[in-house]
Amino acid sequence: MPPPMSKKLLQQLSARPYKHGFSSKIETDTVPIGLTEDTIRLISGKKSEPAWMLAWRLKAFRHWRTMVTPDWQNVAVPPIDYQAIRYYAAPKRRALKSLDEVDPEIRRMFDKLGISLDEQKRISGVEGMSQVAIDAVVDSASVATTFKAELERLGVIFCSLSEAVQRHPGLVQRYLGSVVSFGDNYFASLNAAVFSDGSFCYIPRGVRCPMDLSTYFRINSAGTGQFERTLIIAEDDAYVSYLEGCTAPKRDENQLHAAVVEIIAKDRAEVRYATVQNWYPGDAQGRGGIFNFVTKRGKCAGANSKISWTQVETGSAITWKYPSVILQGDNSVGEFYSVALTAGHQQADTGSKMIHLGKNTRSTIIAKGIAAGHGNNTYRGLVRVMSGATGARNYTQCDSLMLGSQCSATTLPYIEQRNDSSTIEHEASTSTIRDEQLVYLRQRGIDEEEALTLIVNGFGRTVLKRLPLEFAVEARNLLGLRLEGSVA
Amino acid sequence: MSQQPVRARTAGASKTSLSIKNLHVTREGKEILKGVSLEVQAGEIHVLLGPNGSGKSTLAHVLAGDPRYSVGDRGLDFNGKTLCGVPPERRAERGLFVGFQHPVEIPGLSTAQFLRSAQGALRKSRGQNPLTAREFLQNAKAALVAVGLPEAVLERPLNVGFSGGEKKRLELAQLILLEPTLAVLDEIDSGLDVDGLKLVAAALKRFMLPDKLTPASGQATSNRMLLLITHNPRLLRYLPITRVHIIQNGQIIQSAGPELAEQIAKTGFVNKKIQK
Repeated sequence: MPPPMSKKLLQQLSARPYKHGFSSKIETDTVPIGLTEDTIRLISGKKSEPAWMLAWRLKAFRHWRTMVTPDWQNVAVPPIDYQAIRYYAAPKRRALKSLDEVDPEIRRMFDKLGISLDEQKRISGVEGMSQVAIDAVVDSASVATTFKAELERLGVIFCSLSEAVQRHPGLVQRYLGSVVSFGDNYFASLNAAVFSDGSFCYIPRGVRCPMDLSTYFRINSAGTGQFERTLIIAEDDAYVSYLEGCTAPKRDENQLHAAVVEIIAKDRAEVRYATVQNWYPGDAQGRGGIFNFVTKRGKCAGANSKISWTQVETGSAITWKYPSVILQGDNSVGEFYSVALTAGHQQADTGSKMIHLGKNTRSTIIAKGIAAGHGNNTYRGLVRVMSGATGARNYTQCDSLMLGSQCSATTLPYIEQRNDSSTIEHEASTSTIRDEQLVYLRQRGIDEEEALTLIVNGFGRTVLKRLPLEFAVEARNLLGLRLEGSVA
Repeated sequence: MSQQPVRARTAGASKTSLSIKNLHVTREGKEILKGVSLEVQAGEIHVLLGPNGSGKSTLAHVLAGDPRYSVGDRGLDFNGKTLCGVPPERRAERGLFVGFQHPVEIPGLSTAQFLRSAQGALRKSRGQNPLTAREFLQNAKAALVAVGLPEAVLERPLNVGFSGGEKKRLELAQLILLEPTLAVLDEIDSGLDVDGLKLVAAALKRFMLPDKLTPASGQATSNRMLLLITHNPRLLRYLPITRVHIIQNGQIIQSAGPELAEQIAKTGFVNKKIQK
């Protein structure tokens, strides 16, 4: 008797193609391998940073040296030799004045990734595609930012963080580290010490940013860690939708990516942040892949403000990430929508924290975990209602979809309630793909891989439908790609 | 209509047929079908009647290609070629459609997306160009109207929260949209009221209509075939039945003309057993 279809299919769910695995030959400016105060001075010097910036970095570094690697997470992290990593690698030719100066090889790299750095192409792009301004970051440095001029006319600042340090030092100094402090956690401290670049985004009062802003992160150099830092500030009544995409070449080594994202939303401001994370996940045997240890946090500083995280996590060997919202302003709203797929030997410990401080604050957490192959998928979430958060409400829903018998899914919700007038709801489910579902779709002419893709995408639909069109298509394809090639 | 040439092509090929010969089927080591034989020719409507647990639904699953059932390497031919070892999607491409007794729910997968994927896959396998979104929607809406379902069904997740009757109507809408040559419908009539039954009967009659006049004979010929599986003969009153088969305990115990269905309607299956 042949084994049931899904079993046969899922046994093979370990090897998946990774289509962004190429690397490009770009002339690169690097610092020596290893991490000392000199490394930090060197990085800071290369970027001609002001003294306060270097001082902050060094403070973070000294603090980091007193910390120990966290071990509470439900993932097995091999020991990381922080002295074996290169902390800075930047393409030599960078576009500083105009997009025409972008190294053609970098342009080709982004074309290959399906990201056009050509503003004209974007404008006259495919029907239905909204206009998107892009900050392209390769290894440690931003190489191009599109539509800067258009945005500047509205007072929107969108540039690399390095440029912001030079041109808008007041804003950076005021807000950098105000949500994720230099001592927040092990990886955030490391980032504060050595962060190289990232995106900076400032939306002035009353401005609704007319286009989506996007950062595309690309790791290219071998042996290099990526430590970018993103800072988004939305003043009163401002609105911005922000997208982040990430890919890396296939390599046998593990590469460290320790990023920080900080968001500040003032009165009635709204920030939507969407990520499609597709770092290289490692090969079928679990060799190589990115260690993705990221701290993302937003602060609803103003009343009636809103911060919404949407993430599709399909890549990385290990993901450790809890996009969170501090709900300080009264009536502020925090949202977290996540689809996390772990296939092959991927491990993910991801979720969200919602910290309710203000009155009538509301938060929603929708987490969809998909575990396949030998994947290990953990949802970890914290809902904390402080004593002043009268009338606070949280709704959490965690659903796990498990494919095959080698994977695991864990749900770890933490709830701390210090105000009796608040309401916290938690729902969780675990399901699997049933043979009947596959047979049904296949009977209608849909092949096995596509059937699997449709079911998995259906599972993640409440999250995927929140992505902007362009991203939704990419995310859908990614989830499909991850399962493609799993059928012999 | 873009579908026309394909129908003509299938019709122009050798006559369609379903041939089941001495079919044995086991599931998890247990024999469920014990030597079933059944022949359906182009233009014919056959009915498989039997009590619960007789093996009716097993036959539907086996025809669909459900890999949880073990079938030998012979005894199942469709249009002169074996179905044994052929995966479900290839069977669908060859024109076989199975309407299930319990259509499965797929959370989050919109009915529209599902129908588009299915129609797209089948059109591709027939070498047809993909339909535009607008053409697809026109087709899908027409199929829903024909079975009495509202357009809003398209946005709902597939079969999730559908009533029994709605699920059956959606199966029928798929039959209309996907244009197979052989339809095997398992309990398509359950959960439907009299009006629903009439609607199903009308749709099935249309399904059986000839595609075109055959130039040589000048006569209308249909290449369509229908195998209705049911334990309730009500629907059969509205359809021109070719042959009725009674299945019991994994074997066909009697085959006769449409009058057999009427008899069963009056006396039930228990008497059949005694008759034999």
